Amino acid sequence: MTDAITEIITPIRLEYRYTPGTASSRFLRKMKEGKLVGRRCPSCAKVYVPPRGGCPMCGVEFGEEVEVKSTGTVVTFAIVNVNFANRVVDLPYVSAEVAFDGSDTTTMVLLKGVGADEARMGMRVTAHWLPESEWDYTLANIDYVEPIDEPDADYDTYKELV
Amino acid sequence: MTSQEVLSAPHVMEFGYTRSTGPVVGAFLTGLRDKKVLGAKDSQGRVVVPPPEYDASTAAPIDASQLVEVGQEGTVTTWSWSPVPRAGNPFDRPFAWALVQLDGADTALLHALDAPREAITTGMRVRIRWAEQTVGFINDIACFEVVL
Amino acid sequence: MREVAVVSFAQHMARREDTRNEVEILLPVIREALEPTGLSSQDMGFTVSGSSDYLAGQAFAFVSALDAVGPWPPISESHVEMDGAFALYEAWVRLQHGDIDTALVYAFGKSSPGDVGRVLSLQLEPYVLGPLWPDAVSLAALQARALLESGKATDKDLARVVARSRRQALTNPHAQLSGSVEEAALLDEPLYADPLRVHDCPPITDGAAVLVLAAGDRARDLCERPVWITGIDHRIDIQSPGSRDLTVSPSTTLAGQQAGATADVDIAELHAPFSPQELILIDALGLDETRTTINPSGGALASNPVMVAGLVRIGEAATRLAKGEGQTAIAHATSGPLLQQNLVCALAAQR
Repeated sequence: MTDAITEIITPIRLEYRYTPGTASSRFLRKMKEGKLVGRRCPSCAKVYVPPRGGCPMCGVEFGEEVEVKSTGTVVTFAIVNVNFANRVVDLPYVSAEVAFDGSDTTTMVLLKGVGADEARMGMRVTAHWLPESEWDYTLANIDYVEPIDEPDADYDTYKELV
Repeated sequence: MTSQEVLSAPHVMEFGYTRSTGPVVGAFLTGLRDKKVLGAKDSQGRVVVPPPEYDASTAAPIDASQLVEVGQEGTVTTWSWSPVPRAGNPFDRPFAWALVQLDGADTALLHALDAPREAITTGMRVRIRWAEQTVGFINDIACFEVVL
Repeated sequence: MREVAVVSFAQHMARREDTRNEVEILLPVIREALEPTGLSSQDMGFTVSGSSDYLAGQAFAFVSALDAVGPWPPISESHVEMDGAFALYEAWVRLQHGDIDTALVYAFGKSSPGDVGRVLSLQLEPYVLGPLWPDAVSLAALQARALLESGKATDKDLARVVARSRRQALTNPHAQLSGSVEEAALLDEPLYADPLRVHDCPPITDGAAVLVLAAGDRARDLCERPVWITGIDHRIDIQSPGSRDLTVSPSTTLAGQQAGATADVDIAELHAPFSPQELILIDALGLDETRTTINPSGGALASNPVMVAGLVRIGEAATRLAKGEGQTAIAHATSGPLLQQNLVCALAAQR
């Protein structure tokens, strides 16, 4: 007679056909063309990158599309010492929140080209895109950001985004 | 934006939940592993299968050590036909679901019934068909089958 | 009890929202509901919503729809992993505290991206029911057979329910399914999930609904004709399908009594996604179909956005009373399989 049952495993699996909506679709199509675009809120004038549907602060539909530069500022960052499932990167790595020039939101990107102990808030960086032949409908066309030769941005210029 | 311009992609959400059973569900599933069906005698004197953890009338906890065994055969109290089987169903072709009140129980258990649609009637006698390997899961009951 | 009224309601239904995401669907509906009140979402004392992450299959899908409300500066917010009707109940309770006068209630859900029948299996008891993955239609069919074999209803009664839904939905611009259908023609259709036919089951609908509640004099300020919630209650039956009589709905009866709902109402909007369930609910509430108009909107058989359809029953009933189509109404919402949980809301138009 073996032990009483105390635990069971109940696998859950559901399949979907997911659509990200119109604003995100447009963003991803532009990424495939090698362009980083945001949308501006007609109420508060903030540019969101990537745009999801409406301005989350004002609750209104987005207005104009704005092309955003590939250069930007590291607003904050984390030094990561553990790999996530499905993600294999040399450890430690730096996960940076980057405000690309023209955007009022930050995007999470890998920071390379400096040692983890040299990453700084305010560091000026540029996006390193994958080769064009590898571009797909994804923000991951930007493989990582690396430092550029510019003085660090003043804290006042990005403190709202921290 | 038209449907052509909007992107879409297949997406799978999957997780293998590990669930603690607690004493009552644990005892019920242990019973299934041992090819027995257990029920709880409630405050109204009814034998409830599957056993609940708390009495429906008094909210008193059910004592897992006081579960009683019910029969392996029973009566169909109601049934329906599933035309489109889904992943995880006991069969991968159209089949019947049935609520079966096993002999000695006052409530019915839901499971699949292996019988053609035209042959099924409420009130018919059916019996448990056990799985080849029983592990302590509801699928230890492979399905119900007709008592001929 | 503080008097609380429905002062505004808006809804959007579609057979399939292929292009827009949930935020994009909600934004215009929230605007449409707020516009007649002259208030913004920031003016609301409390915001509460109903939906389910499992419809989208994405973690935090539900809460990320808050973008549509514009929650900055931060708002007082709650949400329930249930139909929006239950979110409305929470809003009503919150308004009883007396410190706020308005609440925004919304519900949304896209059933089309996944297999909604299977998604709803996640509501089931997870040890002995869930692992078999019985879908919503198969379960409803069990209840249908129990009802038919009890002698309480016949195939013709089911056809009558469906024909009435289709006919009444003709005047509802939000209905997905409507038309003049002969009961005999319905009975000629083949069985689908024996004993249910396809038309006894709800359509797959994507949608959103938004409703504004206000208390006391505030309600009188915000609209011409507030529709007062004279009572509201929510009761739950035993979850195990084999442990209860599927042909009756004691939780609906009890919720109706606790809500002070009487059968002497002009309109009853009943959340019955399957035709036999409408008959069970009529019986549970003691309604007289010659006295009360049942589901003038067409009900959930006409349009069934999961997680929204219950709130729509309340909104439809209230809107019709506000227009003068009646003086009193009952609105009902259900949750779980086989009418397991039931909410009854009694409504009366401002005289």
